[in-house]
Amino acid sequence: MASSFSRILSSKRTIGVLTFVGSSVTAGLLLHREHVSAGNPVRRSYPASAEYPDLRQHNNCMATHLTPAIYAKLCDKATPNGYTLDLAIQTGVDNPGHPFIKTVGMVAGDEESYEVFADLLDPVIKERHNGYNPSTMKHPTDLDASKIHSGNFDSRYVLSSRVRTGRSIRGLSLPPACTRAERREVERVVVDALAGLKDDLDGKYYSLTQMTDKEQQQLIDDHFLFDKPVSPLLTCAGMARDWPDARGIWHNNEKTFLVWVNEEDHTRVISMEKGGNMKRVFERFCKGLKEVERLIQERGWEFMWNEKLGYILTCPSNLGTGLRAGVHVKLPLLSKDPRLVKILENLRLQKRGTGGVDTAAVGGVFDISNLDRLGLSEVQLVQTVVDGVNYLIECEKRLEKGQDIKVPPPPLKQFK
Amino acid sequence: MAKNCHNDYKMKFTGEEEFPDLSLHNNHMAKVLTKEIYGKLRGKSTPSGFTVDDVIQTGVDNPGHPFIMTVGCVAGDEECYEVFKDLLDPIISDRHGGYKPTDKHKTDLNFENLKGGDDLDPNYVLSSRVRTGRSIKGFTLPPHNSRGERRGIEKLSIEALASLDGEFKGKYYPLNGMTDAEQDLLINDHFLFDKPVSPLLTCAGMARDWPDGRGIWHNDNKTFLVWVNEEDHLRVISMQLGGNMKEVFRRFCVGLKKIEEIFKKHNHGFSWNEHLGYILTCPSNLGTGLRGGVHVKLPKLSTHAKFEEILTRLRLQKRGTGGVDTASVGGVFDISNADRLGSSEVDQVQLVVDGVKLMVEMEKKLEKNESIDGMIPAQK
Repeated sequence: MASSFSRILSSKRTIGVLTFVGSSVTAGLLLHREHVSAGNPVRRSYPASAEYPDLRQHNNCMATHLTPAIYAKLCDKATPNGYTLDLAIQTGVDNPGHPFIKTVGMVAGDEESYEVFADLLDPVIKERHNGYNPSTMKHPTDLDASKIHSGNFDSRYVLSSRVRTGRSIRGLSLPPACTRAERREVERVVVDALAGLKDDLDGKYYSLTQMTDKEQQQLIDDHFLFDKPVSPLLTCAGMARDWPDARGIWHNNEKTFLVWVNEEDHTRVISMEKGGNMKRVFERFCKGLKEVERLIQERGWEFMWNEKLGYILTCPSNLGTGLRAGVHVKLPLLSKDPRLVKILENLRLQKRGTGGVDTAAVGGVFDISNLDRLGLSEVQLVQTVVDGVNYLIECEKRLEKGQDIKVPPPPLKQFK
Repeated sequence: MAKNCHNDYKMKFTGEEEFPDLSLHNNHMAKVLTKEIYGKLRGKSTPSGFTVDDVIQTGVDNPGHPFIMTVGCVAGDEECYEVFKDLLDPIISDRHGGYKPTDKHKTDLNFENLKGGDDLDPNYVLSSRVRTGRSIKGFTLPPHNSRGERRGIEKLSIEALASLDGEFKGKYYPLNGMTDAEQDLLINDHFLFDKPVSPLLTCAGMARDWPDGRGIWHNDNKTFLVWVNEEDHLRVISMQLGGNMKEVFRRFCVGLKKIEEIFKKHNHGFSWNEHLGYILTCPSNLGTGLRGGVHVKLPKLSTHAKFEEILTRLRLQKRGTGGVDTASVGGVFDISNADRLGSSEVDQVQLVVDGVKLMVEMEKKLEKNESIDGMIPAQK
């Protein structure tokens, strides 16, 4: 629950400006949301109108909402770490649009970006997250896996189950902006904490710079190894700088709990297993996350979180829960049914190919996961996936018997 | 441009904590950058806000190239070569044959000083080309410039080029807003440059905001071409089919001088100093920034055991016909001068003319199954 977190928020002294004591960062400090002050103002030789990007060919959320007026208002501002609007939007300027999905088109360089550039980020967040309004709404965090029901799928259909999220370490800049020293500090903090995990979570860290060829091959075979980002959406945002310095993969001995360090976020946390026991996957997910959180807190660190935006991550699309819960599921008959798109839409689910985002389905096997991230809790989203996948399996079974299927009613509008 | 706020923030970490891991690297920057040099330079920034981390990022991100020893750093503005001289001087020395910080570079764009060059055998020499780059004083360079600056460079360039006439009368095609027909024609003419995909360039930030502010100008005869805001502010190219390098060089020199005069009139001359010659983004292009070359058929010579050595002695380099980073096709090579700094434009084109002439003669000998051992030149 968020309650343990809010206890920390209320008990620590609030501080106006994020500062670092001495030359090395040994403990993260808490930042109170309302008192973010900008860093040194950015000096320009050209007026904002001469610098405003040409977005006429563009179709991403940033391009939709960055008016010349908002640009002029924000272009001189910087976060305390020196991150600027131009840096935040660079990826959206460089990547006009994706053929299948409307991309976000901007990133955060640090926690304060969401505050300093709120005039742009709030409408972007609202568009991306179904009307969620950060200035008026609160995001619920709920990591109590016991609340999930019917979370064990028919394994004749569900081949594997997986839940992932991201976590950022408060006090350190995010991947688009972090310096080499900060990135190494993230690695140190996280690896230190993971070393404290025990029992079914006992595991090992493999640094990308130091892994042996044998270890690398094993990680590839396990489908655990992540590659240097090649997508221009990520490289234009500066996330691949200094690769592979301070990047690595940790996983437990059972290979069911996995943490990526310093890829697109400080950490990506993944719980997975073959078969359809989503409930167990989610239980491990919650337990692991809470343990890691406890371990970093023991050392004076915490995750970036606030009650408006939930967990703070690099891409605004991952705010809130940052959670993608999904299955690989065999739906050969349903995959040919023209109603599938509508069914998924009404179940608040999305389909991807089994290679992940940007891939196509193979042999009627889909990656089905939740669409939403922000404004609903982890428990709510996982239950949505559970209910939705059960419904899809029912449809497939009916089609097998030659029976008709129904498109479920759309959900009630959440955030208007 | 903006003051680099991020550098103040970075100074809160020690040089040790920030020093890049260069253990797997093989580029000029990695060979020169020590913790001492990094420690000395990391607190500095040029007036426009470029820092040593900005200079080296491309070299950190790109450990090494399989065929060539890359430079591994770029300049963000003219002042970089002064502010970061502790790093850049040794790199320049390594890259440019021992060029010292006290050396002076000679500029010679008098085409009349070139001897010969009008008689390269067109049965072998398919095309001739001379290119260079120019930076416009008062603007930061492609790794660093803002959209406003880049557009300013484009605007100034369009004005300057529009005033050319005679054999240099031509037209500007902005990359943004080119029609499909125009684009196809430019591709067919081999004029159109693409968004950089090489990580050597993208990691240095040169592809930002593409294609904003970029374009191509060429004369009506299609023999003189200017790229605006690609890897440098301007890349100036003179080219034609066949082997008349003399004519290509004449047009090159005359055209460049005309363009330079126009920019000077607008109070934005070209960046140049007597130590480094013409200031460009990549330290490898300092001096003349000149690459004079031909596409030449050398199927037999190129497979000869001494081919590489001959090239080295002639102070020439080979590339595939797609340019740097490509392989040769059908025995046709792109042969050009290897040097840029410490010798003049005339010197460098003379080497190409003389060297290619010799290599074509060698090719002809090899066709007749005769030995070329007696023709191997001394080191130039």
